[in-house]
Amino acid sequence: MFDQFSFGNTGWGDELLSGLGVTVRLAAATLPVGLLIGFGVAQLLMARSFMLRAVGVGYTTLMRGLPEILTLFMVYNGVGLALKSFSQHFAPGGAGFDISPFVAGTTALALVFGAFAAEVIRGGFIAIPRGQIEAGQAIGMSPAQIFWRIKLPQLWRFALPGLGNLWLGLLKDTSLVSIIAVNDLMRMTKVAVGVTKQPFTFYLVACAIYWVLCLFSETALARMERRANRGVARA
Amino acid sequence: MDLIGTLLANWPRLLDGTAMTLKLTVTAALISVVITPLLALGRVHAGPVAGGLLRLYVSFVRGTPLLAQLFLVFYGSGQFRPFFQEWGLWGFIREPFNCCVLVLVMYTTAYQAEILRGGIQAVPRGEVEAAQAVGMTYRQILRRVIFPHAVRFAWPGLGNEMIILVKGSALASVVTVFDLMGRSRQIFLHSFDFAIYIWAAAIYLMITACIVLLWRLIELRLARHMHPSSPLPGASP
Amino acid sequence: MKTYLKTLLRGAALCASLSTASAESLKLATEAAYPPFNYVGTDGKIEGFDIDFGMELCKRIGADCEFVAQDWDGIIPGLLTKKYDLIVASMNITEPRKKQVAFSDPYYKTAMTHIVAKDSGMTEFSNETMKGKVIGAQTGSTQAEYVQAKYPDADIRLYPSQVELNLDMSNGRIDVMLGDLLPSIDFVKTEEGACCEVAGPPIVDPAFVGEGAGIALRQEDTALRERVNKAIAEIRADGTFKKLNDKYFTIDIYTLQ
Repeated sequence: MFDQFSFGNTGWGDELLSGLGVTVRLAAATLPVGLLIGFGVAQLLMARSFMLRAVGVGYTTLMRGLPEILTLFMVYNGVGLALKSFSQHFAPGGAGFDISPFVAGTTALALVFGAFAAEVIRGGFIAIPRGQIEAGQAIGMSPAQIFWRIKLPQLWRFALPGLGNLWLGLLKDTSLVSIIAVNDLMRMTKVAVGVTKQPFTFYLVACAIYWVLCLFSETALARMERRANRGVARA
Repeated sequence: MDLIGTLLANWPRLLDGTAMTLKLTVTAALISVVITPLLALGRVHAGPVAGGLLRLYVSFVRGTPLLAQLFLVFYGSGQFRPFFQEWGLWGFIREPFNCCVLVLVMYTTAYQAEILRGGIQAVPRGEVEAAQAVGMTYRQILRRVIFPHAVRFAWPGLGNEMIILVKGSALASVVTVFDLMGRSRQIFLHSFDFAIYIWAAAIYLMITACIVLLWRLIELRLARHMHPSSPLPGASP
Repeated sequence: MKTYLKTLLRGAALCASLSTASAESLKLATEAAYPPFNYVGTDGKIEGFDIDFGMELCKRIGADCEFVAQDWDGIIPGLLTKKYDLIVASMNITEPRKKQVAFSDPYYKTAMTHIVAKDSGMTEFSNETMKGKVIGAQTGSTQAEYVQAKYPDADIRLYPSQVELNLDMSNGRIDVMLGDLLPSIDFVKTEEGACCEVAGPPIVDPAFVGEGAGIALRQEDTALRERVNKAIAEIRADGTFKKLNDKYFTIDIYTLQ
């Protein structure tokens, strides 16, 4: 039965591997965009103005409350339709815009990731002892200096466990984009099932691959956390 | 985009889908109420072999996508149809609704058990020892000391899991169950009317808002003895 | 100086090769889950009658073509948002779809049929006999429209693709499946479909089946549609159609005779 997973024309090993590649690329492409959104929204959540705070809270409530698959369909179908009517309105007969399933998938995942990350990042900022910031002010640091030298290095330490969990969630959520025809691991598995008629075997293998990916990430995250905390005395 | 028109034209089907989403979630949540404490206690007390197996199970469920688990159970079960028929289980597994509930229960209990385990381990040792000292049996201690504490500690985390459960139930639509997601998708594909997604989003948000509210109310009740403002028993005005 | 000249020349050559290769390039969408018309072969590539036909068509209209796989659910929205230019995916030409997209002339004739388990003994299909039975069809397909209109009292299950539908038919999770006639005949001959048989007369009601399978285009691409229609007629007339047809089928699918 193992020859089904061999590489080349008869086995599915190479197809699954290429799917895994797409899965990792999806997650890797989403992470920076999602973190950027998270940072931005965290600033909104901590803003002085009530309006800005309300926008931030609205955004995180919306994105955290909707099923990821609904967000995905809204981005994929909705943005496509909106761009179409937009381009017809302003440039009738023009080439039109295009949103590929990969971009739609990355966008939707980043929007969701950003909302959860915003809460984690806000928590990280809050966890920084006020006294340290006051100390920085007392020795005459500018707000920018305080941000770069005091807040950011520690934010990393406080936010890392939360962000690590979000990364694990993201790896798993990439499987949803298989529904909109991105050739990720999940979809390649589906294709293999269609040909081989062995759903249990192939979905189990897919699960195992995701599992290994997660275990590997967990190990790497634990190492990063140790490194981030190396200067901190433990109670 | 005509929001009101879309609602008027489609409300029976949306209502239908919402009912299915609630049915899926509530069924899975009720079953998990029985299973989660058992799993959590297992994680705290089980010996090396059983404990290892439990850890493996929890790690597997938490390390794989819900969608993959759903496909594994739904389509994968077909590969073992003779086996299921022999054990009289095919009638159960044949129904997509049952498959979805099964997978949702597996998924949510794995997460809930870890949260409740944290709660159990946070119960102060002294309280358990005090209960032993007054001669309570282990069952009594569980019921009167450990679980009331553990549930209170774990309550906010369990609430998050309920919201994740509602969101996860939307995947049922990919295995032919017409839940809120499935109905909205069906209507969208028929009409290409984006407004239907907006209504679906609004309903999902309403469901999660209800859970948040309910959870907050119960949390206040669970912690009523912790609030100094609450009247002491027997001190009613 | 010499190397500079060389790079310059190489650049010029590159430009030249680019301009000669700039024949019109088109993207064709197919579902890749509908054997024998379009499916993924064991080597992971898309194959089938639709692919052969589409490539032949491109040759005739002088375009460079590339097939992309797209789920059935999203195949029309994808065309409208210009993810690709043509849908060559055995799509039935129907009135509701004509409101969204334009169609070429039919390139083969279609009919639908019921498929049941061999031991079921079902031959009569009406809302009464289907009451409480589990009927499967593909989401967004003409079959789905048919079962929803004709068997409102049945337990209807809609699957994302024919592949998953076939899987559950052979697993016995559904009692009756509605499929297109030709793939259904093909299906029951396979090992997977050995459980099942085609039952009842073929459904040819044009209200559901439409005029046959056509190639879908955006409504504004009228010039392209003319060229596609001309090419279809040519392929049929000069015998190429028969050659493609006989690779997959024993009857002529253009006439269903």
